[in-house]
Amino acid sequence: MIGLPFVYWVAGLVFAASGALSARDASNPKRWVNAAFWALLAFSMFAGDWLGDLGNGALVIVLVVVAAFGGLGRATVLDDTAERQDRAARHGNRLFLLALVIPATALIGTLAFKSLPEVVDAKQVTLVSLALGALLALGIGLVWLRDTPVSAMQEGRRLLDALSWAAILPQMLASLGVVFGLAGLGKVIGTLMSGVIPDGSRLGAVLAYGLGMALFTMVMGNAFAAFPVMAAAIGLPLLIQQYHGDPAVVAAVGMLCGFCGTLMTPMAANFNIVPAALLELKDRNAVVKMQVPTALPLLAFNIALLYWAAFR
Amino acid sequence: MNLWVLSGILVMVAGFALKVNPLLVVLLAAAASGLTAGLDPLALIAAFGKAFNETRYVTAIWLVLPVIGLLERHGLQERAREFIEGMKGATLPRLLTGYLLLRQLISALGLTTVAGQAQTVRPLLAPMALAAANPESEDEAERVKAMAAATDNVGLFFGEDIFIAIGSILLMKGFLEQQGIVLAPFDLSVWAIPTAFAAFAIHSLRLWRFGRRHQR
Repeated sequence: MIGLPFVYWVAGLVFAASGALSARDASNPKRWVNAAFWALLAFSMFAGDWLGDLGNGALVIVLVVVAAFGGLGRATVLDDTAERQDRAARHGNRLFLLALVIPATALIGTLAFKSLPEVVDAKQVTLVSLALGALLALGIGLVWLRDTPVSAMQEGRRLLDALSWAAILPQMLASLGVVFGLAGLGKVIGTLMSGVIPDGSRLGAVLAYGLGMALFTMVMGNAFAAFPVMAAAIGLPLLIQQYHGDPAVVAAVGMLCGFCGTLMTPMAANFNIVPAALLELKDRNAVVKMQVPTALPLLAFNIALLYWAAFR
Repeated sequence: MNLWVLSGILVMVAGFALKVNPLLVVLLAAAASGLTAGLDPLALIAAFGKAFNETRYVTAIWLVLPVIGLLERHGLQERAREFIEGMKGATLPRLLTGYLLLRQLISALGLTTVAGQAQTVRPLLAPMALAAANPESEDEAERVKAMAAATDNVGLFFGEDIFIAIGSILLMKGFLEQQGIVLAPFDLSVWAIPTAFAAFAIHSLRLWRFGRRHQR
């Protein structure tokens, strides 16, 4: 059965190739730092399941020390715009076709593999299809564009180096969320939040719940982490049990208040920090700043919806 | 109540403000909250390592980069620009509003990872947006690219919850069930629809105003 291990092997190969190519890149003064960083990440993808919890913890610490104190450099890939324009004119719209192979395979695979649970792990169909789509697009691309696997890997390394440490920040924050949970952070915040609501005020409770979901999501970077805390602290005891609000509205719209928080925090790194690195923006927080004027009116809409729809 | 466990949040805020490497800040925050909660240091490292290993799928998405890099090497971004420049009426607001609608619809069908920052924004949407806006300065180009990324996020967040088998819907259903409230996923997902419309209205209004400032 094809599942996550397959996806991790493909990713591991990409990181390993980036590490090897970094080591050979004499133009990068930090080449050994880059080589070590991508090689460690490849090692995590290949061998993570055999390392044990403590071994993985040690791996993370080494990875962070390398990134924070070594300082990652950047691949210098020759950037010949005129030549690229030439090639663009020659290849024409088949470039779009190739770019669409990945999402198309992901889409078809997700739908088709659902009925083949003995071939592909039913819980991982989309990720497996995405990896297959990337491999398929790479295969067709190399033949169609008459290029070599090495230059594809060089280009992959160029993009990875542009991401730099931001490539693993989302995974680090997800792990931090687990540790915060173990430390009982959610319960403490929930207790503090429920202490600020004036007694007997339905509007006060709605405001505290909606704003609390957004704020706590901004702190944790994830509405999933905020929901159980705020729902247990305010949503369930006050809005549902004391004021008899509709549980479906309280839960669903509360979660959407959290999503407004996700738009406004650098902690949601995969949505807000990673794109800034991926698009090579100078300001790390440029995407967050662009989203705030959409998030705030939408949060107000959600709180109003909560107030009217939950207590119809 | 042990208020010391909140120290992890302070570390995060201070670390981000002082521009310390974010990976280091995350480790220090985990140490601050974990140790003040009374976790043994080795147990804390093991807990973090276990969580890190189980969330590798988050980082595995970068396996798409060699293909995207290859296509860029052969002129994908240049082609995207030519394509938009050749289209009459392909203004920045129309392009981004169309993408927003498409992203919301596809996400509402549960296909959240079909598009995304690496899959579609970097290779296609950002260069198309730049071509439509034709920015005069680098700052303006930055804003256009940031708006393309923001539009993908808004479309994803306020489309996905309409799908009944998405993670957040299942999380809510699971939480309520433990409290003795049994709901079908559909009862929850139907309440994502008003906000999906509001998100589309608010963001496309912003795109329209943004376009008036950035149109060539």
